[in-house]
Amino acid sequence: MSLIELSGIERRFLLGDTTVHALAGLNLQINAGEYVAVMGPSGSGKSTLLNLLGLLDRPNEGTYKLEGRDVTTLSPDEQATVRSTRIGFVFQSFHLVPRLTAAENIALPMTLAGTPATERNRRVAQALKDFGLDQRADHKPDQLSGGQRQRVAIARATIMQPALILADEPTGNLDRHTGDEVVNLLEALNAKGVTLIVVTHDQGMGARARRQLIMEDGRLKADLQQATMPNLAQISG
Amino acid sequence: MRLTDTLRFARDAATGYPMRTTLSVLAMSIGVAAVVILTALGDGARRYVVAQFSSLGTNLIIVLPGRSGTGGFNPANAITSTPRDLTIDDAGSLRRLPGVRRVAPLAVGTSEINFGGKLREVMVAGSTAEFIPIRNFEIAQGQSLPEEDWNRGSSVTVIGAKIREEMFGNNPAIGQLVRVGDRRLRVIGVLKSTGQGLGMNTDELVIVPVSLAQAMFNSNTLFRIMIEANSRDAIPGVKDQAMDTLKQRHRGEEDVTVITQDAVLATFDKLLGALTLAVAGIAAISLAVAGILVMNVMLVAVTQRTGEIGLLKALGATARTIRLAFLAEAAMLSAVGALVGYLLGQLGAFALRQFFPVFPAYPPDWAVIAGLSTALATGLIFGVMPARRAARLDPVQALMKH
Ligand SMILES: Nc1ncnc2c1ncn2[C@@H]1O[C@H](COP(=O)(O)OP(=O)(O)O)[C@@H](O)[C@H]1O
Ligand SMILES: [Mg+2]
Repeated sequence: MSLIELSGIERRFLLGDTTVHALAGLNLQINAGEYVAVMGPSGSGKSTLLNLLGLLDRPNEGTYKLEGRDVTTLSPDEQATVRSTRIGFVFQSFHLVPRLTAAENIALPMTLAGTPATERNRRVAQALKDFGLDQRADHKPDQLSGGQRQRVAIARATIMQPALILADEPTGNLDRHTGDEVVNLLEALNAKGVTLIVVTHDQGMGARARRQLIMEDGRLKADLQQATMPNLAQISG
Repeated sequence: MRLTDTLRFARDAATGYPMRTTLSVLAMSIGVAAVVILTALGDGARRYVVAQFSSLGTNLIIVLPGRSGTGGFNPANAITSTPRDLTIDDAGSLRRLPGVRRVAPLAVGTSEINFGGKLREVMVAGSTAEFIPIRNFEIAQGQSLPEEDWNRGSSVTVIGAKIREEMFGNNPAIGQLVRVGDRRLRVIGVLKSTGQGLGMNTDELVIVPVSLAQAMFNSNTLFRIMIEANSRDAIPGVKDQAMDTLKQRHRGEEDVTVITQDAVLATFDKLLGALTLAVAGIAAISLAVAGILVMNVMLVAVTQRTGEIGLLKALGATARTIRLAFLAEAAMLSAVGALVGYLLGQLGAFALRQFFPVFPAYPPDWAVIAGLSTALATGLIFGVMPARRAARLDPVQALMKH
């Protein structure tokens, strides 16, 4: 069974008098554990697709099945629960809460879900260690470097142990070196079985994914499987 | 989200924006402080008047000329006198009534006092020796008015403390001859200072025998007759009998008004209680204004934190969680504002009491409770709208606003 099953997805926006087809006639299946790069020119519908997959947006037409369940018909609260337990987001601009410390930002999904404080502290401590942030636990976002901020964001995205991580240009605001580090972290998560979908327009980074979706004008232009491509994350450990 | 986490989140959010938090806390605290101070003033005035009335004397019954329209007590009558005859003999007839301890006729007017070239205007009270114990005055020097026939007044006077000081300074006053109006009177006593009281200021008063006062003012009517009953229980009986006696003496005409101190007290109590309530109502308007300010501040907060709200939704927050977080923040702002305002108000009332020790400016409990709960309620009610707006935000749009 596929983790994600999109069929006949349409997403239209009204811009004044004209209708923009952000997504048009989209059919797509993604299996659990896949590593998918979504590529294409600006305005081709990559973010719209990711928002839809993350249940932040609804299609105008078509169905979206997540783990076999039609999630487009769920109530807002049920969708919130799915987001909370099954999906982790990583954004280009990090989206950390500025007044909370690194540890508190990482704990935020658990706080919102009502996880008890002791359990929260245990898991945050582990995450801080895993992502090399032990020394930064009490730092506010503005006291962290870009790479550290994105590591906090990734730690936050994984703290609920989701099945699916959605990253929209996660290295867009980082230099090449820190960007590579962040990609390595994401790939390591994928190696542990988490399904990873990354939007990027960096050809090199896209090439690292085993599957590439090329978008154009809201349509899937190409779906390239590279089953033989070695996973760099596994080589570099 | 757990309650403690919601509260901590709201607290961090509030302290994260010190400017707008300070502003709304300030507005709310001014509202609550206004309620506390204004009701302290209003209730202080009520207590002050009640205390003053009580100090007029105990078990007091007052007869005034003229008939009050409704039969109830009309405060206007207590101040302006309608010219209807009430004579010294009327007063004398009341002395023999059962249950009566003392009776004092009272005629008043203004005149000039003159001694050693010093001249000033004075209030002249014409009465008898009994006036002094009825009104709970005390003699500081010398003696009271002589016990004598009420219709022939000796040329003597008892003067107030301030008059004594202004006329005689450090020199002895007792035994001196002063000129009051066109009369030469011997000072036989000085009243103990009582400070500013209700009605007449006794420190600036000159007391003379009642018939002398009537002669000075060329009239034979009285301003009041004051009766002291033996006990509190005797008051109603004495009141009725005084009315009957005077009616008989006035050829069956009910042309006087007999009031008891209790009635006066109750009226003033009610009047000033209503005043306090009105003042509290006006102050409550400032609370509503503060509530609207909290609402605006929270609406600004929602706009300011749109990106954060989108993030919270992406992280799995339900609409309810977001609503509660913003509502908790609004409640916190108004709760802290209410608390600060309460402390400020109590401080203000304390300062008032320090500056005006005679004025018991304590805020009544009901006003404090009403003020605090109105503050909290408005904070919550006006917090609902921004909280709902936050919860309804579209997550994608919200995230783009970062
Ligand atoms: N909320 C919106 N309102 C109107 N048009 C939108 C909205 N979101 C996206 N679009 C349009 O949909 C198209 C796809 O946008 P997007 O998914 O953000 O592209 P990409 O992420 O690939 O750059 C664009 O033409 C964009 O202008
Ligand atoms: Mg995009």
